[in-house]
Amino acid sequence: MTDTNMTTMTRTAAAPAARATLPPPVRFWAWLWGDKRALISLAYLSILILAAVFAPVIAPYAPNKQNLMDLLAPPSGAHWLGTDDLGRDTLSRLIYGSYNALYAATLAVGIGVAIGVPLGVFIGFVGGWIDQVGSRIIDGVLAFPPLVLAVAVTGALGIGLTNAMIAVGFAFAPVLARTMRAQTLVVKNALYVEAATGFGASRLHLILRHILPNAIQPVIVEVTLMLAVALLAEAGLSFLSLGVQPPESSWGGMLARAYHYVEVAPEQMYAPGFAILFTALAFNTLGESIRVLLDPTIKRR
Amino acid sequence: MMYGVPGMVAQRLMQLVPVMIVATFVVFSLVYMMPGDPAMMIAGDYATAERIAEIRHIYGFDRPMLVQYFFWLGNAVQGDLGHSLFSNESVLRLILARLPHTVLLVLYALVLGAVFGIPLGILAATRQGTTLDKVITSIASLGVAVPSFWLGIILVTLFSLGYRWFPATGAVSVFEKPLESIYYATLPAIALSTSVVAVLARQVRSALLEVLGSQYIRTLRAKGLSSGAILWKHGLRNVAATMLTIAGLQVNRLFSSAVIIEAVFAIPGVGNLISYSALNKDFPVVQGVALVLVLVVILTNLLVDVLNATFDPRVAASA
Repeated sequence: MTDTNMTTMTRTAAAPAARATLPPPVRFWAWLWGDKRALISLAYLSILILAAVFAPVIAPYAPNKQNLMDLLAPPSGAHWLGTDDLGRDTLSRLIYGSYNALYAATLAVGIGVAIGVPLGVFIGFVGGWIDQVGSRIIDGVLAFPPLVLAVAVTGALGIGLTNAMIAVGFAFAPVLARTMRAQTLVVKNALYVEAATGFGASRLHLILRHILPNAIQPVIVEVTLMLAVALLAEAGLSFLSLGVQPPESSWGGMLARAYHYVEVAPEQMYAPGFAILFTALAFNTLGESIRVLLDPTIKRR
Repeated sequence: MMYGVPGMVAQRLMQLVPVMIVATFVVFSLVYMMPGDPAMMIAGDYATAERIAEIRHIYGFDRPMLVQYFFWLGNAVQGDLGHSLFSNESVLRLILARLPHTVLLVLYALVLGAVFGIPLGILAATRQGTTLDKVITSIASLGVAVPSFWLGIILVTLFSLGYRWFPATGAVSVFEKPLESIYYATLPAIALSTSVVAVLARQVRSALLEVLGSQYIRTLRAKGLSSGAILWKHGLRNVAATMLTIAGLQVNRLFSSAVIIEAVFAIPGVGNLISYSALNKDFPVVQGVALVLVLVVILTNLLVDVLNATFDPRVAASA
């Protein structure tokens, strides 16, 4: 039995049979239409991704173009969100900042997945003393306040966005490993895994074809929620000047500058803050929606 | 073999040993994560050959890593966390002078989180499905997504620069002027507490809904017990452990957020110390703060376990 058969079977048991026979794209749109919060979140994130990719086309000004005649200007027709302390267009920097925000969140979560998922599957599958040792390592890293660990690791690797996000990913890894290990323990005793073993499947085949696809569901939810955490971490680390380095634009870095001149131009602190808030909210909402989708027995909280 | 609460504490302490070993090893190995020769990285660009050799010796990069780990651990256990590479001050002393500010902030935020989060959760659960419930759950969603340091900036703008109710920045020693220190810590604690309020409200709501929907509560209702009595005597008692556990887990996150909040409010706590030291590659200080904070978190979790076992005999029995 292949893994695709397996997932179809589990879904058929939960969803109405008629819906399950529809092709996946149709089912996806039907789900999205039925879950308006997911629809709005996904629409917002799609616009954000487009803005990040097409920043040079959309942004009205170059992000680092200074205009020393027009410092900390209030919003106007020429500068919709005003200008910063170097006369740079806030809207343009916000649009360019979305690239760094999305890159940062994806990188941190990607590293967390790359370390955490294989580690969790491995120790859960092998068991025994390897599992014991692995679990203690997970507990030990989990004991750190995540941002404290990230600040310390960034200091060691060297400041800058990529290193800061590697550090955040390092703090994420044990969280994902723990979930993945627990799931693997459940799945590896399932009848179909036993059957595959009986047919002489290799360990690698078992892990890749049977255990991973069936244990990954809670991780998908966790990963979506983690994107929000990573985004907030990037903003925070850039605020502390450990992340994105000037003159590159980042929402957290924009807030740091805006805070510096808050008495002169208080309106400068709103746009980057709302950008962070809405994006984190969109990731969280999407995560909750996927949770409900994957496990129809729980109701939306 | 001991039973009950003392037995549970003994068991937990045993479980802590490997966690401590891993945590201390992570802190120790931070210097080995540096690209290139760590001694040269720490010494900086314009260091003399003697300074580099000195640092290599201080860190023991001339010895095998594991050997050096035990030396480092031995010193740390005796309270010797080394000296700052810049001011040459004792790292432990630097940390102890700043830790009270951070601990006050975290405790204050935790209290605010409990005072607002738990009642909101109860209110939402007992009025499930109403507009009030929806408003509370929406606020909770916003609370987890809002960057706490941005909220801090807004609070400063409104209440310090605008109304001048609170000082914008700074902190006062809790030992010298306790009341004033709380006054100074109010805005940062509010900014810090939003995520705790949100998480507690959410978790208390869902835990309480689960208990209130359970079979034995239905039995009590059938026996004619008033809903007030059910909620206070049976419902909340059963979610108390959940609340305590969630609050304990939040301590970890609060120390995280405190790193940024302390920068916003210019509070001379350990959060400010670690970010400043990381920027300046003052590695003994970075390691010292990370070590002290991970120990504080581990001991907090132990305390939560003990409290849970004391209040709930089932926890102690299952240990």
